[in-house]
Amino acid sequence: MSDEKPFVHPYIPNSVPAVKARMLREIGVTSVDELYADIPERLRFRGRMNLPEPLAAEGALKRHVEAVLSKNRSAAECLCFLGGGCWPHYVPAVCDEINRRSEFLTAYAGEPYEDHGRFQALFEYESLMAELLDMDVVNVPTFDWCQAASTSVRMAGRITKRDEVLVAGTTGPDRLLTMKNYCRGVMTVTTVANDPETGRMDLDDLAAKFTDRTAAVYFENPSYLGFLETEGRRIADLAHGRGGLCVVGADPSSLGVLEPPSRYGADIVCGDIQPLGIHMNFGGGQAGFIATRDEERFVMEYPSRLFGIARTSVPGEYGFGDVAYDRTSFGVREKGKEFVGTAAALWGITAGVYLALMGPRGMADLGQVILQRSQYAMKRIAALPGVKAPRFRGPHFKEFVVDFSGSGKTVAAVNQALLERGIFAGRDLSVDFPGLAGCALYCVTEIHAAGDIDRLVLSLEEVLR
Amino acid sequence: MRVRAFHQAKWDEEVIFELSTPGERGILVPPAEKAVSDAVGDGISAVPEALRRKTPPALPEISQMRVLKHYLRLSQENLGADLNVDIGQGTCTVKYSPKVNDVLAASSKVAELHPLQDESTVQGALEIFHGLDLFLREVSGLDRFSFQPASGSAAILAMVSIIQAWHESRGEGGTRDEIITTIFSHPSDAAAAAVKGYKVITIRQTEDGLPDLEALEKAVSGRTAGVLITNPEDTGIFNPKIDEITALVRRAGGLCGYDQANANGILGVTRAREAGFDMCFFNLHKTFGTPHGCGGPACGALGVTVRLADFLPVPIVDRTADGRYVLHYDLARTIGKVRSFHGVFPAVLKAYAWVMSLGEKGLREVANVAVLNNNYILSKVKKIRGASAPFAPGRHRIEQVRYSWEKLHADTGVTTEDVTLRMADFGFHLWSSHHPFIVPEPFTIEPTESYSKAEIDEYLAALEKIAEEAYTDPAKVKGAPYNSVVHRIDPGWFDDPAQWAITWRAYLKKHGHERIR
Repeated sequence: MSDEKPFVHPYIPNSVPAVKARMLREIGVTSVDELYADIPERLRFRGRMNLPEPLAAEGALKRHVEAVLSKNRSAAECLCFLGGGCWPHYVPAVCDEINRRSEFLTAYAGEPYEDHGRFQALFEYESLMAELLDMDVVNVPTFDWCQAASTSVRMAGRITKRDEVLVAGTTGPDRLLTMKNYCRGVMTVTTVANDPETGRMDLDDLAAKFTDRTAAVYFENPSYLGFLETEGRRIADLAHGRGGLCVVGADPSSLGVLEPPSRYGADIVCGDIQPLGIHMNFGGGQAGFIATRDEERFVMEYPSRLFGIARTSVPGEYGFGDVAYDRTSFGVREKGKEFVGTAAALWGITAGVYLALMGPRGMADLGQVILQRSQYAMKRIAALPGVKAPRFRGPHFKEFVVDFSGSGKTVAAVNQALLERGIFAGRDLSVDFPGLAGCALYCVTEIHAAGDIDRLVLSLEEVLR
Repeated sequence: MRVRAFHQAKWDEEVIFELSTPGERGILVPPAEKAVSDAVGDGISAVPEALRRKTPPALPEISQMRVLKHYLRLSQENLGADLNVDIGQGTCTVKYSPKVNDVLAASSKVAELHPLQDESTVQGALEIFHGLDLFLREVSGLDRFSFQPASGSAAILAMVSIIQAWHESRGEGGTRDEIITTIFSHPSDAAAAAVKGYKVITIRQTEDGLPDLEALEKAVSGRTAGVLITNPEDTGIFNPKIDEITALVRRAGGLCGYDQANANGILGVTRAREAGFDMCFFNLHKTFGTPHGCGGPACGALGVTVRLADFLPVPIVDRTADGRYVLHYDLARTIGKVRSFHGVFPAVLKAYAWVMSLGEKGLREVANVAVLNNNYILSKVKKIRGASAPFAPGRHRIEQVRYSWEKLHADTGVTTEDVTLRMADFGFHLWSSHHPFIVPEPFTIEPTESYSKAEIDEYLAALEKIAEEAYTDPAKVKGAPYNSVVHRIDPGWFDDPAQWAITWRAYLKKHGHERIR
């Protein structure tokens, strides 16, 4: 550093040469390079990192990045009917106001004293989710639904001491891939057939595959393909009857109107909180929840942080802290439950804000309008010639499969034509579900006004003509 | 140096359920239009009775401004890095997260992107992914990066998954069932290996604070699947024999994963490639300046050499000959996925912008100043009564040091925890470090490049003052905090299943309906 022109950067206060010199004197060395004396020459990188010239002036940096980002066309500029694990919902302004606060945004792993606010906000998040799910224990969020589902089945494996999980054949593809990787070497993941007409789990196949090695059955409600699994109670009863557990993935935006899975026999419930006040962020807004009953055999199997309420030395004062910390890998490394670390805490705080704003009425209104608007979309799309919607018989929530195979057009062609009309059409399902060639997954939420749906239908009409 | 007469905000704020007034609303949802309800009715009738929610969730009912106020008050009861001199959270690399990067990430061109949009509509996003991939190849010397792992631990899990898939692809999956790590590597290096069924062998340190090379040599065998190791470890001592370790493991047929969650002190100085690693990862929320968010969302950017590129999670971003960016799913031996979609894009964007602001010279300056700051603190802490820096006496450290209050504790009875709580009275955070507590009464300081000498001096002055207090008035330290949000927390409920309360409803069931007493 001594032989080069000083580079004083706004992010690096002690890059000022005079300050540097004073600090070096204090340490008793003449150059920073001496501080690297422990790194032998053979390990030193003497080349130059080939990086672009810096844009140290903030204005120049902003201009550059904005120019790159301007190549994106966002869902705010178009009509977005994509779902499939990340959904367009309305984000209340207060949610952004809170998660952009420096105090939360830039905090990390402080103690429950100077970071009391983080502990309380996350305890409240756990508590608000607990009401929505009607369960007594919820974790500090993990990465996403994929991880939440993976950990849920591993928890089930440890609780039952069994090494196989049966999962619905319509499980979200990312979730299935993540779960398989996460279980590889320890548990096997086997899919259960589904009824081709309704999409629901084939209970005969489930009964045939459920053995004394089966730790749990996992299904999603609403399913990845949007239909509701109406036989949740029978699935749970079957699992329990054979000494296994029932794990259900749920969409929290549905739980103002749909029965929480705990009420039809789920032992572990998981899912994603992105619908609760978090922008889609190109998939960066995901965060996973796991909920169980307040029983030691469940609680002690969580890998996650679990924040609990406590007394302090001052009567009437709330304190917070880690419950059963010694089960975590922080405390006991590979003897802990899976692993714990940075995940998605800020989104947990945000989802708490969302639920506090919505209240019971808001969640009921949300669920209802999603039901109505998606039913309206299904009904109108179904009237188009050669198109079947929904592809699966029975009730749906938020998402549904549209079958274009009778229209003479491929999904790719339809989607391209809709894109030209400013519409992000439903996900082409042919890659992930070979049995659903010619089908697309559409998502309709509270952000889609009747006029938006009408525009979709008119555009489809043109495209299919 | 002056110690600040600090007092943190104390709102004595209710738990949110206590703010509920039946009937109040925080936000409204647009009702279905007449055309919609005329066509489909109330929507709910389509749901079978058994699946309809019978009793509404017992969420609180609160007007909008009160919800806002509640969370603003809680935010004031939290000490983010923007307000703190956040150097006491050693190993966590809490540095400045530039505001302009938050502004960029808040753009609808970022926030309102759906991950399954057509590639043609997300060229800017994919260009950012590809750009950061190229930058990190330069920093690491490795050949290809994935941004799908959403934390350092997730990146470790991905490395273990690649190790597993690699040996399976060579027919050695059954025989290579051990992973080696070291005691001063992050706990997740051991824990994530165990998640995938590996037997974990942990190498302890010798007197110089470095992993016992002899023990490691003995541990390596035909059963070795790989090694996962941090360098510098939590002690801040650079391991000059790191390449001997990788050579040992590679000769035995294992793979080498470098835990570079925190590479802040070595940017441009030493790289994974020269040290002989097959894989490495960088926590973008540590070294690359993206905000920690109270513990995520985040990114553990995972890099591999070309022979492992086919094992990465999918999709990865490629640039075609004609300059388009595409998502590439067909990697022959991919481990599949470790997270949904493409990872945490806002973190990737912010890290990209951070590198663009600093460039080659800036990255080197970050490392140099982080190391300068660290050794400056080392020279000062050693002079504080009761404090010491175990291992490697007289040697310089890289980006952090694990110190000890062993002597202070022996002399006065004051523990690290006591000092930690007293630091809160001066507006600072000091943490007790990761387990296991091999260093007695440990504390770890990592100054990064972000704090000025004056700020560092103020932090040191607080440590010095508390050490003095410990010797003159230990009860004062043991009674802390006085100026923080809350007083000493009674941990009695946390490990008792009959009393722990992880949610408000559990608290009400176990401890009654009244405010805590």
